[in-house]
Amino acid sequence: MTAGTIAIRLVVNGAPVELEVEPRRLLVDVLREDLDLTGTKIGCDTSQCGSCTVHLDGRAVKSCTVLAVQADERLVRTVESLAPGADALHPLQAAFVEQHGLQCGFCTPGMLMASLALLERTPDPSDGEIRDALHGNLCRCTGYQSIVDSVRAGAAAMRGRA
Amino acid sequence: MIPAAFVYERATSVDDALARLHGHGSDAKVIAGGQSLLPLMKLRLARPDCLIDIGRLDDLRGIRDRPEGGLSIGALTTWAALLDDARVRAHGALFDAIPSIADVQIRNLGTLGGSLVHADPSSDILAPAIALDLAVVFASVRGERSVAVRDLLVGPFATVIEPDELLTEVHVPGVAGLRSAYRFVAQPASGFPLAGVAVAVARDAATGQITSCGIGVTGVGDMAYRATEVETSVLAGESPAAAAALVVGDRRVASDIHADREYRSAMAVAMTRRALEAVTSDAAPLL
Repeated sequence: MTAGTIAIRLVVNGAPVELEVEPRRLLVDVLREDLDLTGTKIGCDTSQCGSCTVHLDGRAVKSCTVLAVQADERLVRTVESLAPGADALHPLQAAFVEQHGLQCGFCTPGMLMASLALLERTPDPSDGEIRDALHGNLCRCTGYQSIVDSVRAGAAAMRGRA
Repeated sequence: MIPAAFVYERATSVDDALARLHGHGSDAKVIAGGQSLLPLMKLRLARPDCLIDIGRLDDLRGIRDRPEGGLSIGALTTWAALLDDARVRAHGALFDAIPSIADVQIRNLGTLGGSLVHADPSSDILAPAIALDLAVVFASVRGERSVAVRDLLVGPFATVIEPDELLTEVHVPGVAGLRSAYRFVAQPASGFPLAGVAVAVARDAATGQITSCGIGVTGVGDMAYRATEVETSVLAGESPAAAAALVVGDRRVASDIHADREYRSAMAVAMTRRALEAVTSDAAPLL
């Protein structure tokens, strides 16, 4: 492996993808620019705000601080995977709408992916666990309380569905 | 922000990584989780010509019991994996520190080995690593050597690791009879400690006399340090308050917009006292 581009294979939202990338390219840029998955946002670009949160092998990570080559042969899941159809929302997304878990909405994809990673491991979290899971996600609109309410309601809906 | 261009090499085994490091020397940087290195590369504060990715060397991942007691932790073990392991809970100061490191996403990728050689002067983990007398194993094509974390640091972001060496594992001594704790004041936005102090003490089972004491301090100066004056004072039977007063001494204390020298020094003393009280109080259960 040398300079130039490198062939990588990802599984993005369940679909295998083959790409040629420069090694210095960040996962978030490859998702947004090469794969047109613009749901994942670039906020601070310094691994603080969490807007770029995606799942890598089932774990929440900040895709602005992962090289695309590090994700080679791994499973990537983005916010686009949540809603089952154009006119239907995932229960967690529906809870964010119902509980006013967003205002401008920019942080929401990251909030959803960070929350989902929590709920996949901890289906009935305490408020403290929710807040700890979202420690790395900044929201400048809501003041967070309605986001915690949204995750709690979303968790209940997901348990009911399971 | 995009890092400067580099040649990317993916190590296929530990030996392969060592051969590549031997070939490149200081032109190459090793990337594990990348949670400290990539931010520096994006700011172009680090511009390695070559990046050697060890992220797939699963031999360097995981926690094992050592036959002589204690744990051997692979360098690539993430903070998340450490938090998930019940054995880490027995090491009070380690378990106090890890949940406060960064956030969930970063703890899912960031590694113990990467953090130790990154040697951030405000690294949470360096305080318990010094107090609990952790050691790291450096491997190279020339062989292996073990270095106590107490002897690891030479300055901010600088350690005794040679350019051709790779940190492969971390040794944590056994905890029999040991109690430890980590107390810190965090800068609210960054989460990094303005002052963080870890204390580990062992007592004689019969007399209750303190027989060993380790104190590690982070965030206070330009590198984490062992506060030997406090250790000596504790062993001499001084009270937590009296011993804690010695934690800064004549060391150079950092001063910035978040905490000036006087405040940071006062917090170092307070955190030392609280950590000492946590491990010497009879109310707390013996770990």
